[in-house]
Amino acid sequence: MKVRAQIAMVLNLDKCIGCHTCSVTCKNVWTSRKGMEYAWFNNVETKPGIGYPKDWENQERWRGGWVRKPGGKLVPKQGGRFAVLAKLFANPAMPEIDDYYEPFTFDYENLQTAPELPTAPVARPISLISGRTMDKVEWGPNWEEILGGEFSKRSADYNFEAVQKDIYGQFENTFMMYLPRLCEHCLNPTCVASCPSGSIYKREEDGIVLIDQDKCRGWRMCVSGCPYKKIYYNWTSGKAEKCTFCYPRIEAGLPTVCSETCVGRIRYLGVLLYDADRISEAAATENPHDLYQAQLDVFLDPYDKEVQRQALADGVPAEWIQSAKHSPAYKMAVEWKIAFPLHPEYRTLPMVWYVPPLSPIQAHANAGAIDSTDHGLPDVDSLRIPVRYLANLLTAGNEAPVTGALKRMLAMRAWFRAQQLGEPQDPAMLDAVGLDQATAEAMHRYLAIANYEDRFVIPTAHREEAENAYQLRGGCGFTFGNGCDGIDAKAGLFGGKMGRRKVIPIRMVDDDT
Amino acid sequence: MTLSPAWNQFLFGIYPYICLTVLLLGSLIRYDREPYSWKSDSSQVLRAKTLRWGSNLFHYGILVVVLGHFAGFLMPEWAIGWLLDPGQHQLLAMVGGGLAGIVAIIGLSLLIWRRVGDPRVRRNSRKWDIAIVVMLWFQLLLGLSTVPMSARHMDGAMFELLSHYVQSIVYLQGGGAALLQGVPWVYQLHILLGFSIFLVSPFTRMVHIWSGVAGVAYLFRPYQLVRTRKRAVRS
Repeated sequence: MKVRAQIAMVLNLDKCIGCHTCSVTCKNVWTSRKGMEYAWFNNVETKPGIGYPKDWENQERWRGGWVRKPGGKLVPKQGGRFAVLAKLFANPAMPEIDDYYEPFTFDYENLQTAPELPTAPVARPISLISGRTMDKVEWGPNWEEILGGEFSKRSADYNFEAVQKDIYGQFENTFMMYLPRLCEHCLNPTCVASCPSGSIYKREEDGIVLIDQDKCRGWRMCVSGCPYKKIYYNWTSGKAEKCTFCYPRIEAGLPTVCSETCVGRIRYLGVLLYDADRISEAAATENPHDLYQAQLDVFLDPYDKEVQRQALADGVPAEWIQSAKHSPAYKMAVEWKIAFPLHPEYRTLPMVWYVPPLSPIQAHANAGAIDSTDHGLPDVDSLRIPVRYLANLLTAGNEAPVTGALKRMLAMRAWFRAQQLGEPQDPAMLDAVGLDQATAEAMHRYLAIANYEDRFVIPTAHREEAENAYQLRGGCGFTFGNGCDGIDAKAGLFGGKMGRRKVIPIRMVDDDT
Repeated sequence: MTLSPAWNQFLFGIYPYICLTVLLLGSLIRYDREPYSWKSDSSQVLRAKTLRWGSNLFHYGILVVVLGHFAGFLMPEWAIGWLLDPGQHQLLAMVGGGLAGIVAIIGLSLLIWRRVGDPRVRRNSRKWDIAIVVMLWFQLLLGLSTVPMSARHMDGAMFELLSHYVQSIVYLQGGGAALLQGVPWVYQLHILLGFSIFLVSPFTRMVHIWSGVAGVAYLFRPYQLVRTRKRAVRS
């Protein structure tokens, strides 16, 4: 047993209202630079839909994640080491920018400078890549917002697998959900495995996966290697960039920007202890249906004395173990089993987990479309399509864990609804789904109340391990080159900037004659 | 093309060392001081279509050509003599190098067409991105045009002479420049442009070749990489 700690995230999809605050605040902080206009480290998709980039879940096309060879060995789906090197010159599985969308601005100037015309002047879209006027904006970062576009296109959604085609349309009338997506900071990341220059790495202390910008050579194999398509190639800097899990904030004990700004309070951050020795075995589990449970088995019980002892021996700080006990991620994923990994069948052991949405099911029930059980709860088992869909999304098609979670959440809701209305609360309702009153109350506290200090239990990084900030003073984050000035990457002896700083010249005010 | 002995000595005796020095020192300084600028600078994300054919044809062709140059010119004479006689050596170089060169120049032509013709790629190209592909294209053309020229003398003598010259430069034997006095201008230009490409390489995206070679290390590393901040204690 080799104990490591990771800050994991859980998203409660039941409360996501699709407001995109997470995406926008993330973009303002991390990807508002040239070459990254098209990149959203965090994006929110409307499901069902093909998502961003288009059709990203179709790994026969994009070749992300791992495949298990008959002997039980895992190999990146895009190929082993030789195959990766052989594809360096032109990566056959790399999305083009149009698969995300062509970044554009509008010709706002025309609104002010147009001559007097019989018609109102318009601001036409201008491509940020070619600088040319675009005839039409064909696709955007969230083109399918609230089921926008034709259903025939959206129904290509990969999660409809094993759902009868003719039922899609009916399904869509009642079922819609939002899916916020970011880098999963996997335990078994394919991006790391695909990088020929070894520039991508996982941090031992908090599990955050980062790209060493000085070591990245722009080989682009990580872009296709990641099954979630959450590594983006910056076409100006020639480097790959990805979600940093806001590591400077995490190190200081603060939540990521997307979590902090979430108005629905759907995001949770907490420590998960895991056994690093069990990762490869879990990822190579033969039946994809068992991958969810296999990943759960990698996580360690922070209350277990043996785990605590080994964690300390392996260098996990004591207060991290303490935080692991209060971790909302541990409670939701391991104790209550209401949170699930996104597409475990990619075998990357993702560390951003999702509580499945309940509201569309409740709406379905309120419309009288679902039978009720003895306790008056909607009968989840009769909901073949949404359950199948959620299972394809969260448990590699294994429906039992998803229905179990939905039932527990419905029972918890019904229990507290009865309390609110002063109706008799029937403990049998909880018993039927394997809940006791204390757990139901804890779930209510975390899911419904969702206080800040319950949602974010983040121990700080250790000062003695941090890099010497004295040398970083006055530095900057993502810039093109060594200096902090501007964004022009075209000057300089080596095709980048040479650490030259643009200084505003001092000018005497009176001198201005 | 006849050069005065002084010019001949400078261009083929001294200039190569200037170029090689700048290549090695320039690459080293850039790697050390400007690691962020060290990259392949791929534009595949902007337009993948022509790149698929162009880049693969060019890179695989040029790899054979470059490795062929190394093997053909730098292998010690006794080793080559043991394997092939000079005539066979020349034939192998002409056929092998010629075919690979044609593949490479077709690929490079596609890449130049894409770089200059595609508005997305054109707008995001630096001057050196265009200059270096044009230089490489002319170098390939010069190299290919030596093939019909060599075909007139199949005795391998010219190859031996050029091989002596290259070895005199690389193995620091001196006196190599004099060998090139009076050699047809196509060969002379090919050599000069070749060293000039070395000269400008550290200032262009060509530095990615070093990293491509270093990519071999990928074959021997574990798939997963973990970094730790802990300085003193390691588990």
